[in-house]
Amino acid sequence: MSENKMITMIIKRQDDPDQSPYEEKFEIPYRENMNVISALMEIRRNPVNADGQATTPVYWDMGCLEEVCGACSMVINGTPRQSCTALVDQLEQPIRLEPMSTFPINRDLAVDRSRMFDSLKKVKAWIPIDGTYDLGPGPRMAESKRQWAYELSKCMTCGVCLEACPNVNSKSDFIGPAPLSQVRLFNSHPTGEMNKSERLQTIMDGEGLMGCGNAQNCVQSCPKGIPLTTSIAALNRDTAVESFKSFFGSDKQV
Amino acid sequence: MAGTRGYVNRRLHSLLGVIPIGIFLIQHLTVNYFATRGPQAFNDAAHFMESLPYRYVLETFIIFLPLLFHAIYGVYIAFTAKSNLSNFGYFRNWMFIFQRITGIVTLIFIAWHVWETRIAIGFGWADLNYQLMEGILTEPFFFWFYVIGVISTTFHFSNGLWSFFVSWGITVSPRSQKIMTYVSIIVFVAISYVGVRTLIQFAYGI
Ligand code: HEM
Ligand code: SF4
Ligand code: FES
Repeated sequence: MSENKMITMIIKRQDDPDQSPYEEKFEIPYRENMNVISALMEIRRNPVNADGQATTPVYWDMGCLEEVCGACSMVINGTPRQSCTALVDQLEQPIRLEPMSTFPINRDLAVDRSRMFDSLKKVKAWIPIDGTYDLGPGPRMAESKRQWAYELSKCMTCGVCLEACPNVNSKSDFIGPAPLSQVRLFNSHPTGEMNKSERLQTIMDGEGLMGCGNAQNCVQSCPKGIPLTTSIAALNRDTAVESFKSFFGSDKQV
Repeated sequence: MAGTRGYVNRRLHSLLGVIPIGIFLIQHLTVNYFATRGPQAFNDAAHFMESLPYRYVLETFIIFLPLLFHAIYGVYIAFTAKSNLSNFGYFRNWMFIFQRITGIVTLIFIAWHVWETRIAIGFGWADLNYQLMEGILTEPFFFWFYVIGVISTTFHFSNGLWSFFVSWGITVSPRSQKIMTYVSIIVFVAISYVGVRTLIQFAYGI
């Protein structure tokens, strides 16, 4: 039995959004097949730090526990990823947990990803199908296209790609790769395509597509393997065409 | 609307890096390479460039204004990035940082280079000929300053060409981007050779 084996965690904590962060160390009894979340639950069960002092339980966010909601993302040993799929056996000790620095911190490891949801609204990441009457079925989608579009649809708005991007920081307003890729997703849909140019216009500014500097960390970091840099390059092409159309005249106006 | 001001500026910055600045860079290195055929060949080539019609218009619109815009906006872009190489040591992330560092180095180099050549010539402090460059480059400090400056510029242009192809949506697929990486490496080696070979000619006469 591995009863007296312990794991060490060093956690960057913060009591509320306005207070300064501090580090706290924990020794947690090891169990087989532990993930970072079960280790955090162990701290919640027995909130005592490595010095034996009673402390407040560490706070974090979670939802699905199977890497589809993105809520549990944090920086684990320097790498932003989901804590629910971070297996303790595969991590170097001590395990260092930090909140993602790209987002405002709510408390401890829980961050506020509102900016990502605001970006999805900004880029119109939906397909408008509501009308005052039944619009009937939309056009069909080619299977070959559906296959790659499906990959783009896997995004869970986790924020890892923003955390990895050197151009997403406090000095810039760049919205990051995730919402850009969503523009490509909704533009690829046969019904969504009807609003293609509207959506492209939303990213044709300093904070949008042009914020990208091609460091390509995002595509290396996305837990869902989304081809973010392919999406960005494709949008670079689409917006270039869109610029010509809207500058020299297009089929939108008579 | 064809995008906001931020969009147009960024597109312009990208375009100017290749057309005309990149084209000028290649032309400039090529004309200088005449030095390897001896002082007379260099002087003839340089004087031909000097005697082009409406030269000031060409210099202003093909070199100075585009370079000024690209450089000033480039410094702004460079300082809005926050390097994170320690946690993300990927090849493209290194290139991203090098692109920004070489931009700054190139700016310092070009400012100095333009000052002691074009501006000095313009004010009549110096004459455009082989001896001008020979005088500068036979000093070891300036020889190495120029080597670093030239290689920084050729790197910045070659890697910039790679990102230009992405920025305009020419290379979209990962495969095309990878092939373009190899192309940009070949471009880098080739134009660095041309540039440094010319410097060696001026410095050592060989
Ligand atoms: C000989 C002079 C120069 C040439 C030929 C040149 C060329 C280029 C090219 C082709 C690009 C790629 C554009 C793109 O990504 O679409 C680029 C990008 C860039 N240049 Fe220059 N450049 C020069 C001077 C400078 C200077 C003086 C600076 C000042 C710091 C600078 C800063 C930058 C930056 C920061 C980028 C990256 C833009 C991005 O990837 O978003 N460049 N340059
Ligand atoms: S694109 Fe990938 S890394 Fe970025 S938010 Fe979506 S799932 Fe997360
Ligand atoms: S809890 Fe949903 S991704 Fe981890």
